[in-house]
Parts: sequence; C-alpha cells; structure tokens
Amino acid sequence: MAIIRNKGTELRKVLADELRSMMEENRNIIYMEADLGGALGTGDLFSDFPGQAVNVGIMEANMVGAAAGMSVKGKIPFVHSFGTFASRRCADQAFLSGCYNGANVRILGSDPGISAEANGGTHMPLEDMAIYRAFPGMTVLDIAEPNLFRYALRETAKRYGMFYLRFPRKQRDAYYNTESFEIGKANVLRAGKDVTIAASGIEVTEALKAAEELKREGIEAEVIDVFTVKPIDEECICASAVKTGAVVTAENHNVIGGLGSAVAEVLAEHVPCPMKRVGVGDRFGEVGDLNYLSEQFGLTKESIIQAAKEVMDRKN
Amino acid sequence: MNFDRIQTERFAVEIRKSLLRAIASKGSGHVGGSLSIADVLAVLYSGVMKVDPADPRMEDRDYLVISKGHAGPAMYAALALKGFFPQEALDTLNRGGTMLPSHTDRLKTPGIDLTTGSLGQGASLAAGAAFADKLDCRDNYTYLILGDGELNEGQVWESVMFAVHQKLSRLITFVDANGKQLDGTTDEICTLGDIAAKFAAFGCNTVAVEDGNDTEQIYQAIISAKQETQKPTVIVLHTVKGAGVSRYEKMKNCHSCGVTEEDLKEAYKELDDRKRSL
Repeated sequence: MAIIRNKGTELRKVLADELRSMMEENRNIIYMEADLGGALGTGDLFSDFPGQAVNVGIMEANMVGAAAGMSVKGKIPFVHSFGTFASRRCADQAFLSGCYNGANVRILGSDPGISAEANGGTHMPLEDMAIYRAFPGMTVLDIAEPNLFRYALRETAKRYGMFYLRFPRKQRDAYYNTESFEIGKANVLRAGKDVTIAASGIEVTEALKAAEELKREGIEAEVIDVFTVKPIDEECICASAVKTGAVVTAENHNVIGGLGSAVAEVLAEHVPCPMKRVGVGDRFGEVGDLNYLSEQFGLTKESIIQAAKEVMDRKN
Repeated sequence: MNFDRIQTERFAVEIRKSLLRAIASKGSGHVGGSLSIADVLAVLYSGVMKVDPADPRMEDRDYLVISKGHAGPAMYAALALKGFFPQEALDTLNRGGTMLPSHTDRLKTPGIDLTTGSLGQGASLAAGAAFADKLDCRDNYTYLILGDGELNEGQVWESVMFAVHQKLSRLITFVDANGKQLDGTTDEICTLGDIAAKFAAFGCNTVAVEDGNDTEQIYQAIISAKQETQKPTVIVLHTVKGAGVSRYEKMKNCHSCGVTEEDLKEAYKELDDRKRSL
C-alpha cells in the first residue's frame, strides 16, 4: 500500500466537513452531540442543520439510547463524546439499546488514550476498545490518519450496525494516498520478513518510524495498520506471522483487552510465535503533552524497536 | 376513535388469563407488574394504536415501548390475542429457543417494536423513535410504559429533558404507579413523592389517572393527551400490583412469583366471574 508522508490535517476538521457533506446528501444522516461541539469544531452544524444536527446536552446515555431508537425508524445517527464518556458512560445503552436491539449507530469517541493530553486521567480512555470488543456485533475502529478517517466515516454511514470509532481530534500525519480501504481488512504499510509490527491509531506512525530505524540495523519489519480492531483481520495477521515468525503489537490503550489481546488471541489459536504487546500497562492515565505521555507510558518508537528485537531473539 | 368499555374490559380479562397461563406453563415469572398493565394494554390494542397484526412491521404504525421489559408476558398475551402470533406460543415463555423471552425483544417477537430489559433504556429509545417521526413529519404516536420503580433510573430523567426540549408531543408515556418494586414499596426504598408533579416540573403535560386499572379512565386520559401539541404527555396510572387477581393483589411481594396449576385454576375462576359480571 502506497505511503506518503505529509502534515495531514486535524481529524476534527475532517469530521466536521464530512458530516456537513453527508448531511447535505442524505437527510437521514443525524449528528448527535453531548455538548462538545466547541471542542470538536462542529458548532456551526447545529444552526445549519436544525433537527438533523442536535446537541442533546450532557447526557450520553440518553444520546445513545435515542440514537438507537431513531435508527430503527431509518435514521443513520453519528453520536459523539470524548472516548471516556462515549464508552464507559453509555456502555449499557450501547450494549442493549444498540447491539442487542439490532440498532444502527456510529459512536464516535474522540481523544482516545494519551491523546486526551491535558484533560488527564479522567478523560483518558485506555479501556474503551476492551469494553466494546466484548459486545456481540460491535465493530471497533482505531484510526488516527485523515484519509482513513474520512473513509471510515463515509463507509460506516453506508453500513447497518453498531460501530465504535476512536480518533484523536488534532492534527495527524497523512500516510495514505489511497481511498481503497475495507473495514475488517488490515493495511500492510510496509513489507518485511523479520518481524511483524501490528499497530493501530496513533501508534501506526510510531511503528513506521520504528521500522525505518530497524532497517538501518538490517532488520526488515512488516508494518500493518490494524485499524479494524474488531472484527480483526485474522488472515492478514496470520500470513504475516507465518512469514516473519515474530509479532509486536502497538496500541494507545491498556494492553488488556485491546489490539494486543485481539492479535494474541489470533496467534495463540492459529500461529503460535513469539509476541509482545506495546501499550499502556494496567494503570490510569494522567495529564501531560503527547510526547511526555508517550514516554511515560512506553508508547514510543523506542519501545517498539526494543520489543521487536526481543521477539526476534525469542525466535532462535 | 370509538371506545367500547365492555369489550375492552373483557379483553383485559383475557390478557390476564393468557399471561397467567404463560407464566404457569413455566411455573413462575413476573406476575405482579404484568397484571398491573393489562388494562392499559387492553385500551391501546382496542383501536387506540395504529397497528396491523398481519403486518407487524407496517411502516406507519404507532410504536409501543415496554420499558419495564419484564412485563413481557402481558405484552405477549395482548399480541397473541390480537393475532400477531398463535396463542400456543404463550406456552413456550422463557423456554430455550422461544420467541417469547422474559424481557421484550423486537428481533424475536412480532409486534415488539423496541428491545428493553435494562430499566430506563426504553425511555430513550421511545424518545428517539418519536424524534425521528417528528423530523420526518409523520403523524403517528409513540407510546411508552414505564414502571414506577424504574423512575429510580437517572436515564429516565435525561430522556424526559430531551423529549421536552424537542417538543415531542406525540410521545405519550404511561407510568405504571403500582407502588411496589422488587424489594418493597417505592416509598420504603427511594421515595418518589408526587410522580405527576415531578414530570410536570420537568415540563411535561401530565394526567393523573385515579384508577389506573379502569379502562374508561385510561382511554379518557389518552384522548386528553392527544390534545397536547407542544409537550410530551405523561399519564400516571395509579394501579395495583397484581391487579385483577386477589391472590396477587394481597401478596406482599408478587414481583416475580410462582404460579401453580392450582393457582391458575383459582385465578381463572375469579377472572371468568369478573367477565360475566361485565
């Protein structure tokens, strides 16, 4: 898959633009917000699309439930809050009114994990993927690239079901020059034969940087963007593991229950091989900027490089 | 809309008999809160709601959300009697593979519009459905039945604020105020005070029905609710848990209890007497 590298754009800008154009094209597209329009840059949508874009107030449980109710009547709701409140705060509603009810809702959780930065531990969802991965029928997406994000917004609107999409609001590098993605299919960003690095969200850029440094040491790392954490692309992960014989996962999430767990489950059942999970240990978040938190929680490219060498050693 | 009181009361008796039959076939179940809503269901399914048993998913139908999902047996009785599915299905309640699970499930049962079972959630589902109708300028109604114990759930009040702000006047909510929840009376556990006053304070149009097990009074309350064009209406039905069968009316706790064949025979006798007296 072709890679470009540029400064990209703010994902919240992508979201506001895509919601605007989707709502113009289809009046059944609904945007519900739990009073974070200012933080998301979507404030104009409420006046431009009265009724279709609704700030329900600070009530995530009702927002998800009402979205599920209207979806059964043909509406296609996108609902947003910070990832913490879009998961923990409305988990039972997403489970029962959403999944169990056979509803059709896209839950957007912004600023996952350490990307919550100055909002700190209270606002730092490191467990949202674990929660939603256990819900039957829920699709879980972890995305931090503008082009892929645009695709995911458009594609989920075309599909019927329950989706959880976590994304950072701020500026992120663009590394795709394609729009040919598929939910459920991982993207091999860089081919390699020595070790597999399966990453998602903001950790994909760290994985790419790690692969470049490893190459200077003569190690060919295969980098896979597993943006669909559920249903996970078993075929792609297994094929890569068969080829490299060693796997590292990298995620901006607790190592319990997220991408690392999902990949470990696949490998343990199909291609047992040395593996290591790079992610946040079993602890809470805290305030700080992205660089500080990345160091603090071991989410840097150095952590990935170290893990890659460790699993390669264990191959022998 | 014509209202035939005698016919509706008879229908309520049949709902009671059928729901008890369903619960007796399993041996136990949610008796009290099913019996207390038999009358409102009888009214809704006697011409008030726009539904078609031959086409349960009819696009422009009125919706009914039983947020107190454990009253499933009452719904199933009403739906079976109306011909949404064969009455024999009632004997499969809560058995493996049944289309009639304890809590109402729209994916399993014809005539169930939204799935419930975690208290409070039906309120938001109903508000969302009513909101979609309003956006699309449809003129159908969404009916919602809440338990009084269910009002302990914060989500109910979130949904009420939303419904009031969005002026969902075609959302008509019934509170089954039978005064009892699982572990005791609503007063003992977490006092609700004046339920109608609480909803009124949130901005709802409210109607209090003195005898919430009287079909005529329920019907008149619905007629009054339909005059409202701005606010969602909440009809507080002062009911009796276990209503219509003295054994359960007198029982301290009939939320979930056993129903033996003997109990069923006794209840049928009382209910048939009631029907003959109409």
